[in-house]
Amino acid sequence: MNRWLPRTYLTLVYLLLYVPIVVLVVFSFNESRTGYEWGGLSLRWYEALFNNRAMVQAMWNSLWLALSAATVSTLIGALTALALHRYRFRGKKVLNGMLFIVMMSPEIVLAISLLALFLLVGLQLGYVSLLLAHVTFCLPFVVITVMARLSGFDERLPEAARDLGASDFTMTRTVLIPVIMPALLAGWLLGFTLSLDDVVVSTFVSGPSYEILPLRIYSMVRVGLKPEVNALGTLLLVFSLVMLILSQWILLRSKR
Amino acid sequence: MKQTLLSLSNLTKQFDGKKVLDSLDLEIFDGEFITLLGPSGCGKTTLLRMMAGFEHPDEGSITLGGQDLTHTPPEHRPLNTVFQNYALFPHMSVFDNVAYGLKMEKRPKEEIQQRVEEALAMVQLEDFARRKPHQLSGGQQQRVAIARAVVKRPKMLLLDEPLSALDFKLRRTMQVELKRLQRELGITFVFVTHDQEEALSMSDRVVVLKGGHIQQLGTPREVYERPANLFTARFVGETNFFPGRVDAANGDDTITVDVFGLKRTFRKPDFPVKEGQGLHVLLRPEDIRVLAPEDEDGVAGKIVERNYKGSTLDSVIHLEDGTEVLASEFFDEDDPTFDYRLGEPVKVSWVDGWEWLLPTEPEALPEEEGTDA
Repeated sequence: MNRWLPRTYLTLVYLLLYVPIVVLVVFSFNESRTGYEWGGLSLRWYEALFNNRAMVQAMWNSLWLALSAATVSTLIGALTALALHRYRFRGKKVLNGMLFIVMMSPEIVLAISLLALFLLVGLQLGYVSLLLAHVTFCLPFVVITVMARLSGFDERLPEAARDLGASDFTMTRTVLIPVIMPALLAGWLLGFTLSLDDVVVSTFVSGPSYEILPLRIYSMVRVGLKPEVNALGTLLLVFSLVMLILSQWILLRSKR
Repeated sequence: MKQTLLSLSNLTKQFDGKKVLDSLDLEIFDGEFITLLGPSGCGKTTLLRMMAGFEHPDEGSITLGGQDLTHTPPEHRPLNTVFQNYALFPHMSVFDNVAYGLKMEKRPKEEIQQRVEEALAMVQLEDFARRKPHQLSGGQQQRVAIARAVVKRPKMLLLDEPLSALDFKLRRTMQVELKRLQRELGITFVFVTHDQEEALSMSDRVVVLKGGHIQQLGTPREVYERPANLFTARFVGETNFFPGRVDAANGDDTITVDVFGLKRTFRKPDFPVKEGQGLHVLLRPEDIRVLAPEDEDGVAGKIVERNYKGSTLDSVIHLEDGTEVLASEFFDEDDPTFDYRLGEPVKVSWVDGWEWLLPTEPEALPEEEGTDA
């Protein structure tokens, strides 16, 4: 009796987590137009998806945005983390705290303030405004990921490199960056995912010139759920699984 | 004959208003094994880091073979360091760790290959070149760190408590190993430790440090047998301090001192003495003789502790006035009275001429334990 309780509970939790995903994947191969009856196996919604040029364009836009936002925020974030870790300067604590404020504040506040700022400086809403906004909310996550790795970093390693004849720059290139690489990668992936599925901030700062996937799906769903969305969801799922496996593989290889 | 390699003059360093080094002067000779010994926070690590170039003195200068190094960055100093926790690069193989310094010098590939192999052979790790540091034991990592530092053929090797993370037995092996390496390479070793036994057994000279000052500089024997002050006497080895009073300064080079009512004649010490003056009579536990109670010589007391140590028998004796005396005696199988029981009355004496005299010092305030700087 007592043994069954935890098992049942665990099963329920996992069902709750995975049933919606399984339903999504299964129904993406459904011939039928409605989401509640099975009409046989088919790839027609994948075909429809790839024939929907606006959708494919939105997908490429989203991927490109996520890629660039993750890369820019990893570059800035890594340098910020290094500065916060290595140097003592005035206002260091304030700077550190401000990162947490960006992370903790409700996304809607960030969205409104960014929009207000962009309108004030007269920035045309589109790719650039989206990129700036996405870099802003990704940055704290990257900084914190990299700082966590740096706090466990042996302070003697840079000294050992200098002692053996490396300049500060060479030391950074050959010792510091390779050692914190897993954190850089993790930060990048985190930024990529955050950017890819962001709706709130994107709704405010995107313009008609650059449509991205989450907003496109959102507007599609509003006029009625199309099975195409299931196909798209399945593709995104496979894509993120591949990313996950890739990152784990790189991490494992770097440890060996 | 002895050539100065590195000379430190008037080195002063403060951290947050606290003086870690206080106008310190030191000459290190070419080819010697010199040890910086002292408790935590005595400045020994700061001194070593200054030689390596990781810290800069507030005042004073460092010269190596006549060349001023005071403001030279670490990568341009012809010295290499073995770090306390080895600081091996975790993402590189053993080979690449050792090759790092040579790659920085942009040596040709064949030369790097050959010199790294030689260095690894020297520390008996030829078969481990492809491993990563985390696949090695502590002792092996230590040896890689040494190979990495000596492969550049530095003028001087700086070792920052390199054996402190190893267990007792491995430590002993590495001590012998390091001495052998130093002899073979013929380069100067500057070794930092807080372990006085390690310092005594390995060094040509020992620098005893406290509070940023050199307390004593000498051979291990000088430091142990003729400590310059009470701190060195207490820090290096175990010592009995007997209160003495000068009874008479004799015409010849001797003085008569009253110790526990015994009148003993000692050689005149280096410091000035006058009649009636108090001083410390220092005796190492192995200088003490435990005698039968009916013996004429010696001070009466009783045994309160006996520790069998294998080759020696260590005792603690309480004298009648409450002074505690440590004695360490070698076994003498011919002496039937050798083994005393706890609580048994005995007399304590010592071999004349083995004592060491120090003037009384104004009692210093208790030192606060600082962090190792």
